[in-house]
This record gives sequence, C-alpha cells and structure tokens, in this order.
Amino acid sequence: MNRAFTTVLLVSAAALSACKKEPPASLPPEPEPTVTSTPNTGSTAPVPGTQEHFVQGVNGQNVIYFDTDRYNIDSADAAALQTQAQYLSRYPQVNITIEGHADERGTREYNLALGERRANAAKNYLVGLGIAAGRINVVSYGKERPVALGSNEAAWAQNRRAVSVVIN
Amino acid sequence: MKKTLIALLMMSAATPALAQDLGQKPPEATPVVTTEEEGLSGSVSFEGNLEDLGIAIPGFATDRNAQTPANTSGTAALGKELAQVVYNDLKNNGLFKPTGPGSLPQPSYGEITAPSWGTWSSRSSEMLVQGYVRAGADGRLTVGCYLYDVALNKELARAGWVVPPVDWRRAAHKCADLVYSRLSGESPFFDSRIAYIAETGPKDNRVKRLAIMDSDGANHRFITNGRATALTPRYSPDYRKLLYLSYIDGNPRIYSYDIGTGRQTLITESRNPTFAPRWSPDGRWVLYSMAVGGNTDIYRVSAEGGASVRLTDGPGIDIGGSYSPDGRQIVFESDRSGSQQCYVMNADGSNQRRISFGGSRCATPEWSPRGDQIAFTNASSFNIAVMNPNGGGVRTLTNGWQDEAPTWAPNGRVIQFFRTERNSGRTALYQVDLTGQNLRRLATPVDASDPAWGPILP
Repeated sequence: MNRAFTTVLLVSAAALSACKKEPPASLPPEPEPTVTSTPNTGSTAPVPGTQEHFVQGVNGQNVIYFDTDRYNIDSADAAALQTQAQYLSRYPQVNITIEGHADERGTREYNLALGERRANAAKNYLVGLGIAAGRINVVSYGKERPVALGSNEAAWAQNRRAVSVVIN
Repeated sequence: MKKTLIALLMMSAATPALAQDLGQKPPEATPVVTTEEEGLSGSVSFEGNLEDLGIAIPGFATDRNAQTPANTSGTAALGKELAQVVYNDLKNNGLFKPTGPGSLPQPSYGEITAPSWGTWSSRSSEMLVQGYVRAGADGRLTVGCYLYDVALNKELARAGWVVPPVDWRRAAHKCADLVYSRLSGESPFFDSRIAYIAETGPKDNRVKRLAIMDSDGANHRFITNGRATALTPRYSPDYRKLLYLSYIDGNPRIYSYDIGTGRQTLITESRNPTFAPRWSPDGRWVLYSMAVGGNTDIYRVSAEGGASVRLTDGPGIDIGGSYSPDGRQIVFESDRSGSQQCYVMNADGSNQRRISFGGSRCATPEWSPRGDQIAFTNASSFNIAVMNPNGGGVRTLTNGWQDEAPTWAPNGRVIQFFRTERNSGRTALYQVDLTGQNLRRLATPVDASDPAWGPILP
C-alpha cells in the first residue's frame, strides 16, 4: 500500500510539475531492438508488433528524458507516453519493456535503482492511462548503456532516459 | 611467466560456455600451515620515519636446488622470486625503503639463521629480511622468513609456512606481512585477494566480466565469460563464495557463486531486480537491495537461503549497506532526504539515523575492518573520503575526475577504489593510504572497476 501511495503521488506530481527540464540538444540514436524483426524485403512498410512499427507509430516518441537525479514525468514526457498509450491501445497484442537509464555521473548501484525508478515512473503513467500493467515489463540498466558517449551536460541529458521497446 | 599464464587463461575463458556465463572455475583456497618458528619480540633500534627505514631483501636461499612446479628452474630461482614478491609488496605500497634481491648479494642457506652481519652493516639498510625455501618429499614447499635488526645484530621476528607449490606467492605475502606488522605495529594485509569487474570494449558496449586476483594483481582469473554484464562482486569472508550482480537472465539480479562447485544460485527467489550485495563480517548473512515498483529497500537473508527480512521501508532508494566489524550496525545509503546521504542503523533495521551532513552527496559507505572509520564516495565531487562512524572528521583522499566505490584493505590502512576517465569512460583500480598519501594504480590486464578486497586469507 506504501507503493500505491507513492504511485499516486508520482502521477499527481507529474501532472502538476512544470517543464523545467532541458530537452536534449539532439535526439539520441534509436536503441537496437531487443528482438530480431522479420527481415524487411525492401519496400514493405513496418509490420505491427515490430519495434520499427512502434517507433513510427509514436512518431519517434518511444524515449522520454529526465532531469539529474529526478524521475518525475513532465509535460513533454506525458505527451510522449500518451502517444505510446494510444499505440498500445490500438495494438493490444503488443507488449513492451521499458528500459530505465541513468547518466554516468552517479555511483553504479544508486544508478541501477534510479533507472528502475524512472522506468517504473513511465510504466505507472501508462498504467494510469489504462494500459494493463501485465503488458509492460521494466528493466534498469543504470549507467551501463549510454547512447551519448561524451562526458558533458548534453550527453548526460540524452542518457537520463526511459526507452520503450517492443517485446515479441 | 605470469604473462603467459594470464594469456592462457584469457583464451580458455573466451571459449563460450553452453548454458551459463561461467568460465573455468578458480582453484579453492588451500590453508597455509604455519611451521613451528616462533616470533620473537624486542625493540627496534631505528627511530626515524618508517618510510625512511632501509630494508635489504636478498634472495631466499635453498638447501638444494630441487625441482618444483612453482618454478621451472627449481627452488634456487624460486628463492629469488620469493624475495622479489616481498620487495614488490613493500615497494609498491610505499612502505619503508626496500632493496630487492637483484642488487644484493645472495646469502647461503646456512646464513639465513646466522646472518653475515659484516656484509649487511656496510650497506645502508637498517633491517634485513632473509628467508629460505625447501621442497619436501611430498612436493610441498616450506618457506622460512626472518627479520633482523642490522644495527643490533638481532633477530626481530621469524615465521615459516608449508604451502603447495601453486601457493608459493602466499608464503611471500605472509613474509611481507610479517615484516610490515612487526615494524609498523599494524595488522597484515598482503595475503588477501580482490574480486573486481574486468572491462573491455567501447563505452556504449562495455563487456564486463567477474574476475579475481591476489592483492598484488598476480594469479589473475576471469570467472565469467562476458556474455552477460557482471557488476559489483563481493568475496565471502571465507573466500568460498562470490556475490555479484549478473544480467544473465536479462534482469539485474544478485547471484551467489560457489567457487568450490562452480555453480551459482539466486540470492533470493523473486522476480524483482536485486542490487548491491554485501556480506556480514561472519559470513552468515547477506544484505541485498531490492526494487519493488521502483522503490528500493535493503533486505537481509541467511547466506544459506531462506526467508528475507526487510530492514528499511521508507519511500526512496535505500541501498548498499556495510556492517560494522562487530556486526551490530549497518551503514547504508538513502535518498529519503532528497539526495544520496549516509545513514546508520542497528543490524535489525532499528534506530535509523543520518550521519552525513557535509552538504555533499554520500554514497557507497564501507565500514573499516578496524571499525573507526567509514569510507564513502562523495557523489557530488566524485572523490573518495573517510569519516568517523558518527559522520564527523571528514577527510577527502582523492581527486580524480570520477572516483567511486571504496573498499578496505583487511587491516583498514589502505583504501582501493576505481577511477573513471572523462569522455573515454575507461576505468582502473587505484589505492590510497588512509592518510591520503601514496596514491597508486594497481595494474590489471584490462580496464577494471568495482573492486572488493577480501580479508586475510584463511
């Protein structure tokens, strides 16, 4: 019940919070899909159930970003997650894993827990929008899988993220 | 020879295992038998600073040059190697002013217990370490170690050990420990091992493998093959098990790896991710941190398995945990106040109180084996620091771009940690004395992080 309470706080905090977050200067490259999608013969459009189709369906908004040490869902994140929720409602056979990540400027163990907290914040928001919790898996990579390789604010902003990935 | 050994190990470990990530299993620790030589006590003639104390360490002598698996050239060559290991232990840790066997005359076997005082008093060394090595009929080696005060023409300490040939370096480390302890008054620390994470590959695709080595970096072994990311190992106090985090099933979970059987098991049967494993000083308990719905708390479970007890229950990230040497208290990290800070609680989870108030973030606290200090990562400046168990007397010991994860030498005099390089993300192990002096890098075959220094070997 403690957890439920936290969740409620989280969602309401997210609804209230102003967008103080600096958006990343450039979008990081898409993560590699964790599933091997069916080989594309060339001209065919992405098939529902593939990461490619999902990313296209949410207009590339399968990644949300966080401030340093924070895990709240701000307005930009909320918009992205609403798009994801629409997609997931439309394709009820599609399940996702949300990968939580942290930047390198944190201790390893804390960052694992922080990535878990971020991924759960995203999951809880989707559940709040009506997506069944059982369709959303969560995994934290802490600071182990950066997409931006520099050691500067712009790179760290790109690495503090939660990435939604289609499970097959 | 060491290099060849490491190369061979790397090749064999690179062969993919079928079902698991585990490679060749490391040898079990064999006990070292101490022989009857009794240590003597008495005062030392030298009265200056210990770092100015000259110590001559000539090659150890042998009664006859016997064949041994420990050295292809026999026990005579092994004697020189033994002295070299003793010399390197002292030299690399900035202890005393040692002179190694390469630039000293070789004493005869008979001179080991009756030093040629004239030879040594004409040199600038105040102390003399002599030793011998004998191969027994059963192949085991007997190594004797003697410490003499040259000015007083007097023996200060002696000890002997019987070791299997594979453990010959342990006899040398025990000799270095004898010399260090006798002259400094501190507890020994050389005869110990380190578990850590070996890192290779580019920053966005690091391969991270569980690895172990002796305190001086020798006898290096990879334990996992690198197919699954491995993180944050901890040696059990008896060196029979390793706790570490693995992504082997796709999720971060703590496993207990049994060195004897080569098998590993989950520390707790739960679908939730687990992090930050820690042993109790007596090895009977394990602390781990588990995230449930994004909220991380610290739990305790018997090392034999069974039901877990949750020790923290507040909202926020409560993680890590390091027992005081008497096992009664635990220092841990929590962001319940809004940022990472260090807290102390009783071993049953009661009486939780914050101890860090310095204005910086306090992370990865580790209680000293001596009990009087807590090392931690200043997670604002990313330096290693120490404080009293009440949070006072903070002293910063390092100033790298990013230093984290301190671990104590068995005697609480040296702190090891890892340093990350800006931009490249490359990592390496470093050590620094409790005084903040003598910062040095510990050489590893590849990049290295997450060190965990075990106690003196059984």
